[in-house]
Amino acid sequence: MSIISLDSVCKSFGALKVADAITFEVREGEALGIIGPNGAGKSTLFNLITGNIAADSGTVHFLGEDVTRQSAMQRCLNGIGRSFQIPQPFGKMTVFENLLVAGSFGQGKSERAVEQAAADILDRTGLIGRANTVADSLSLLERKRLELARALATAPRLLLLDEIAGGLTEGECSQLVGTIKDIHATGTTIIWIEHVLHALTSVVERLLVLDFGKVIAVGEPAGIMARPQVREIYLGIEV
Amino acid sequence: MTISAPDTIYRVETRTRTSTIAGLVGIVLILVLFAAPAFASRGLIQDLFFILTMLTLAQFWNLLAGYGGLVSVGQQAFVGIGAYALFAAVILWGLDPVPAILLGGVAALVLAVPFGFFAFRLQGAYFAIGTWVLAEVVRLIVAQWRAVGGGTGTSLPRTATENIIFTDQIAALFDVRASAARDILAYWLALVLAILTIGGIYWLLRSKRGLGLAAVRDNPQAARSVGVDAQRVKWFVFLTAALGTGLTGALIYMQKARISPDAAFSLNDWTAYVIFIVVIGGIGTIEGPIVGVLIFFLLQTLLAQYGAWYLMILGLIGIGVMLLAPRGLWGSFSDRTGIQLFPIRRRLMGGPLTIKTPSREE
Repeated sequence: MSIISLDSVCKSFGALKVADAITFEVREGEALGIIGPNGAGKSTLFNLITGNIAADSGTVHFLGEDVTRQSAMQRCLNGIGRSFQIPQPFGKMTVFENLLVAGSFGQGKSERAVEQAAADILDRTGLIGRANTVADSLSLLERKRLELARALATAPRLLLLDEIAGGLTEGECSQLVGTIKDIHATGTTIIWIEHVLHALTSVVERLLVLDFGKVIAVGEPAGIMARPQVREIYLGIEV
Repeated sequence: MTISAPDTIYRVETRTRTSTIAGLVGIVLILVLFAAPAFASRGLIQDLFFILTMLTLAQFWNLLAGYGGLVSVGQQAFVGIGAYALFAAVILWGLDPVPAILLGGVAALVLAVPFGFFAFRLQGAYFAIGTWVLAEVVRLIVAQWRAVGGGTGTSLPRTATENIIFTDQIAALFDVRASAARDILAYWLALVLAILTIGGIYWLLRSKRGLGLAAVRDNPQAARSVGVDAQRVKWFVFLTAALGTGLTGALIYMQKARISPDAAFSLNDWTAYVIFIVVIGGIGTIEGPIVGVLIFFLLQTLLAQYGAWYLMILGLIGIGVMLLAPRGLWGSFSDRTGIQLFPIRRRLMGGPLTIKTPSREE
């Protein structure tokens, strides 16, 4: 069964078409990677899925329900969690409080009911030592971890990750891949935008290539990367 | 990112040792303040009334701007409408002034609905200017209301002020004249209102709703993405502040017993001074307005006789605090010492966190 499906979704900013009849679907429990050059419309695609921006036309279905007109808040409550490419922490709150907000509001539970789970997520994402630190004083790496941790705290069925591996060292990157594999193993569906290809391909089962707001190719990673068209528009450099 | 044993038990703490002591001192202070009419002069009671009502206004403005991110310059609209509702209820319908105060709060709440409907279309500085314009519109409309004195204003009728409930008992209890008894009644009501306001705001900030409020203030887009209804949170804060500001406005003018549109809708008296109090005390803290109102009262007592110079000195102090201590006097003090009388931080304790107990906030 498909957990999310987009049908001919279009979005323009003025004359610039950032989403051009995007159509694809993701099965429940799958992990899909999205690649494409800068400005291809990858983050816009996420915003269309989460409801942070509204589609001009086309439909978005989540768990069989038409969510095209739903707000970002409503879609979060339905089970779509996301991280932002540029970290958007609640800056004056502590790391732990960031997760408490996400847990209690995202799952519609009391603070008490989610505090243990929030602490466990901090433990898994390596942030437990910073639990009582104000988010504004975190390093970039820690902010990226907080993005992942906060998205997890909403207990999403579909998790959208937007370039969370960029700028990490090799060791940090493989730790991150390990964490994401664990999340995936618990049955969470993942869509992951990433430039660090080896990290991406070690987790995802399919790749989707985006260019100028259009879906160029979808399929199993090795096959996709072998296509001359993909190599030309996206890679330029060898992997 | 190792997966540690999932059975590490964590707990969440909010209270600190200072806050427990502060709570005990607070209870003693409240008892002393309630007993004050027994030993304080009438002048002191009037000063305390002024301090308490300004403190309440400042707490509500701080809730709006410091916690909700809604910098309103139009709160005088709610002071004015609350006060005028009280006068209308007493003069036109013959209601006793004390229950009429509640009506003042309701009137402010009702006004807040169309007020917010327009103001929420604007963001940031535009919101601030928009609220100011709307408040002026309300003042101009009320000034057309002949039955309560139009543009020149009116007074509460003697028959109403002389028969306010409880004043006879208060006069007998403290053996004072009726006018002094009215001041004592107004003072007690102001004290109750201030306690309920501070207690209510503290309770709100420690509840789940307070977490959502802080999230919306810090980042509305991210708040929506984790399931917080940002629009509902803003409305809740705005309506609460309007209700409280309206109640305070009604109470202030019950004590003054004389009203005019220019006074009741004064930007200076009910918003500019209130912003001054919150900014010098420390925005975004409950302690800040308490410190701020005491400094404001002190300055007013010392300098009010110098007229325009007084306002210029207030302005200079405001600028000085903004430059040297942007988080206000209490904010700077709290940053340096880690002391918080009304702590709202949810501190995670237990597991690896027990080793280093953070003694101060970062």
